[in-house]
Amino acid sequence: MATADNSKRIKGQTGEWEVVIGMEVHAQVTSEAKLFSGASTAFGGAPNSHVSLVDAAMPGMLPVINRRCVEQAVRTGLGLRAQINLKSVFDRKNYFYPDLPQGYQISQFKSPVVGEGKVVVDMPDGESIEVGIERLHLEQDAGKSVHDRHPTMSGVDLNRSGVALMEIVSKPDIRSSEEAKAYVSKLRSILRYLGTCDGNMEEGSLRADVNVSVRKPGDALGTRCEIKNVNSIRFIGQAVEYEARRQIEILEEGGKIVQETRLFDANKGETRSMRSKEEAHDYRYFPDPDLLPLEFDQNFVDSIAASLPELPDEKKLRLMKEGGLSAYDAGILVNERETADYFEEVAKGRDAKVAANFVINELFGRLNKEGKAISSSPVSSSQTGAILDLIAEGTISGKIAKDLFEVVWTEGGDPRAIVEKRGMKQVTDPGAIEKVIDDIIAKNPAKVEEAKAKPKALGWFVGETMKATGGKASPQVVNELLKKKLEL
Amino acid sequence: MSVDDDTVRRIARLARIAVEEKEIPHWRGEINAVLKFAEQLNEVNVDGVEPMTSVTPMQLPMREDKVTDGEVPEKVLSNAPQTQDGFYLVPKVVE
Amino acid sequence: MMTLLTSLTLAEARDGLRAKKFSARELADAHLASMEKARGLNAYVLETPARALEMAKASDARIASGKAGPLEGIPLGIKDLFCTENIRTTACSKILGNFIPPYESTVTSQLWRDGAVLLGKLNNDEFAMGSSNETSHFGPVISPWRRKGSNAPLVPGGSSGGSASAVAAELCLGATGTDTGGSIRQPAAFTGIVGMKPTYGRCSRWGIVAFASSLDQAGPFARTVRDTAILMRSMAGHDPKDSTSADIAVPDYEKAIGKSVKGMKIGIPREYRIEGMPDEIDKPWEAGREWLKAAGAGIVDISLPHTKYALPAYYIVAPAEASSNLARYDGVRYGLREQGRDIIDMYEKTRASGFGHEVTRRVLIGTYVLSAGYYDAYYLRAQKVRTLIKKDFEDAFNQGVDAILTPATPSAAFAIGEKSSGDPTEMYLNDIFTVTVNMAGLPGIAVPAGLDHNGLPLGLQLIGKPFGEEELFSLGSVIEQAAGRFQPRDKWWAV
Repeated sequence: MATADNSKRIKGQTGEWEVVIGMEVHAQVTSEAKLFSGASTAFGGAPNSHVSLVDAAMPGMLPVINRRCVEQAVRTGLGLRAQINLKSVFDRKNYFYPDLPQGYQISQFKSPVVGEGKVVVDMPDGESIEVGIERLHLEQDAGKSVHDRHPTMSGVDLNRSGVALMEIVSKPDIRSSEEAKAYVSKLRSILRYLGTCDGNMEEGSLRADVNVSVRKPGDALGTRCEIKNVNSIRFIGQAVEYEARRQIEILEEGGKIVQETRLFDANKGETRSMRSKEEAHDYRYFPDPDLLPLEFDQNFVDSIAASLPELPDEKKLRLMKEGGLSAYDAGILVNERETADYFEEVAKGRDAKVAANFVINELFGRLNKEGKAISSSPVSSSQTGAILDLIAEGTISGKIAKDLFEVVWTEGGDPRAIVEKRGMKQVTDPGAIEKVIDDIIAKNPAKVEEAKAKPKALGWFVGETMKATGGKASPQVVNELLKKKLEL
Repeated sequence: MSVDDDTVRRIARLARIAVEEKEIPHWRGEINAVLKFAEQLNEVNVDGVEPMTSVTPMQLPMREDKVTDGEVPEKVLSNAPQTQDGFYLVPKVVE
Repeated sequence: MMTLLTSLTLAEARDGLRAKKFSARELADAHLASMEKARGLNAYVLETPARALEMAKASDARIASGKAGPLEGIPLGIKDLFCTENIRTTACSKILGNFIPPYESTVTSQLWRDGAVLLGKLNNDEFAMGSSNETSHFGPVISPWRRKGSNAPLVPGGSSGGSASAVAAELCLGATGTDTGGSIRQPAAFTGIVGMKPTYGRCSRWGIVAFASSLDQAGPFARTVRDTAILMRSMAGHDPKDSTSADIAVPDYEKAIGKSVKGMKIGIPREYRIEGMPDEIDKPWEAGREWLKAAGAGIVDISLPHTKYALPAYYIVAPAEASSNLARYDGVRYGLREQGRDIIDMYEKTRASGFGHEVTRRVLIGTYVLSAGYYDAYYLRAQKVRTLIKKDFEDAFNQGVDAILTPATPSAAFAIGEKSSGDPTEMYLNDIFTVTVNMAGLPGIAVPAGLDHNGLPLGLQLIGKPFGEEELFSLGSVIEQAAGRFQPRDKWWAV
């Protein structure tokens, strides 16, 4: 993992540079209530409504941990093939900020609930990279400050205060913006499969702190900058690109990189220093005396492991092995759990390759065109399955299937009934097709001669026949009859 | 170990307590008296001793994932020095 | 008649109410009248007569309908560290300002559940940081005790000085306190009353303004061991809102009063015989041994080798936790706010103005010992020493010791302003006998045992096994029987 192939390197004035990236992904745990209070985790709501007196850090309020959040962290750890720590400790991270009511964040510093693991990331060029996971720990989210409501004051809303987050820290195993994007996409996919985070980046359920440094290949690690709170996969790519170029420029001009926290400005597509966070950090971590160490036994872990769903890597392998799909097609299908589920419903009892082709080309093509998610597809998996059945039994041709799909997409209904009602069945009766062919041959003697000399010209007759039958003639029957009649 | 004036300034800043320049020697004296008192602890051999994390031999209790609290913005805000439209107001925070 | 009602023990008042010898209303009125006269003691920081009368009326109704709770109609004072719903709670700090909690602490809600009547909120050291009740934003509390031939005002001890003074001066039948390093037992000893710090986890900490979370524990004050046991039963119990609360059934502590202590083994730790300890501290200790022996208990010498390190370790651990617990007082959501030119300036001015001297020092020390580079040398080392202190006690209990007898304090009460030298550790030494118990999470009770040459009360401390409160009540009542009860002379504060 330590060396990058040359294609990932960035060319500078003084030669090639290697980018080294590590990430801290903050994933909001899917749960009803907050990590240490019974207030709702619902997104939005009137300011300071989803807030208990614990979240507002009223005097004498105490934290009590939500079991589900612990289970979700363990589930995620298992999904990342990571070490699960049967004993971990909650620490207080002390700092003052208006959206941090306690004056400390309850987090895990020295003893996280999950230790080392790994994620395999498939790149579009077919290469796979492995990104090491350093640790995963549970912590509280902070509230939100809004700055546009008052000329001299900021408003503080504690609705997010105390929501459970998993901080997933990667090793510095990532070597390009593409890999960074692919890593977060894969992590998001795993979390969504596990049901431990909804991965909704627009609502801030998943956000990344990206640590970027550059070095000449073979050199020791360079000084890194941390780009805080990047909240879309596209921005992660842009932030890495910009930051790597910025650092290379500084170094090539003989400058030094200052270790600092930076902010990605999506409007300008650049990173800039966050002065307000620059004051010397001294978080004064110590074990939270309001809580005891978090301890559970192996049975607790085993019962969660037993309920783990099939994850994208395993699913991909199975689709390749059982259904004979290509790695590329299988990769596309398993990316989103909903997509994979849809595909598997369609493929059940049918030819997997045919199903994969149809789902990827017809369904995904149409969804992409309309910017729709699979969950809001107007064509259900059983409707798609019915279309495939009609092709398989020869009732319709592949070409008619496309038209039929369009009808089902816009109007809905049972595909078989639509075929029946609209007369979309393909004509397989050789007698009927023969009549049409005879007519075309009779009217085009020159073309007949051409075809006899150059059998490739057969295609012209196929096209004419299809045209004359309104596309309903079975292409297979047409081909056979033409060959016979033209004595090819 | 003992603290100097700069350390007093630094910890006062960390603790977000304004300390007047003329009070610094006084605080330094008091803090150092306590630290000197604590130096006795250096006599104790603590090799291999686990630091105490909880005084009671208990397991951390866990609660069920149910919404049982919140939706009381009037209580949350009732003691606030300054609010507007359900937000706490603080001097502008610059990012 | 009215004043006599305030001189009853809690148990006598309870029985009198049930026998309808007097009403809860009369009992409350008598106390409210005494409180008014005794305002010079500065024991109460808030009197709540309207609430008291309303609660007494409800108690009378329940007594009349035969639905009296265990504390029905009993008027109590509550340390101002306990949050009381819709009643100002300040921890006696300027920084909480006019904080009106929209919630009731678990311990006090259990007292009201059992029928008790709230008389008012009691003075304490600011955020319970102090051993003399001189750090309160509301000013010092004065003890009803005076030295023979002197009118110099004395401290009641601290931090629960208002509670101790009010109980000793008959301004309530009992009171709540909190004890982080001795804040119940030391003032109880200084004022000649009984005070118990229960096992850590026995009483819920929910709704009590936190000082040092791993040490804080609520407990009762009363004028007799029995009264203390009665209060204890209502205050204790499991609370799912406090992760450190023990899920162990609460016994009827009153039944432990008068129970035989025959065959119990009482440890006398040699390390508590500190150098230069005045003879008159040793005398009641010696007497205590004899009284317990006479009651059939065995006396054994034991060693708690890390005793002398408890105080320095405490003065690292407690300020460290406090520095973090007090970070929430930032002028944003409640309490005081001083205007500042930006957010940091607002924080710094608010906290400088809102915290008193003692609190500021402890927050600064706590911040320092947790800061990068010093954590291991101070905080971590202190927590390791704490493990050793706890082990000392475990070893003693494993050798068959049932309870440990020590002096409660190294001296009797001192005068207001007497210990205000530049060295804060001089005041800290007051907690030398009590602080080990908090460090180990054990239960401890202070029981009056005699008077010193100035006529001031001295107390003994009994330390129990985890959740061994019943044994402490049994042993405490033996000492009480033998030593008798002590009262300040001639009620000078009530004239």
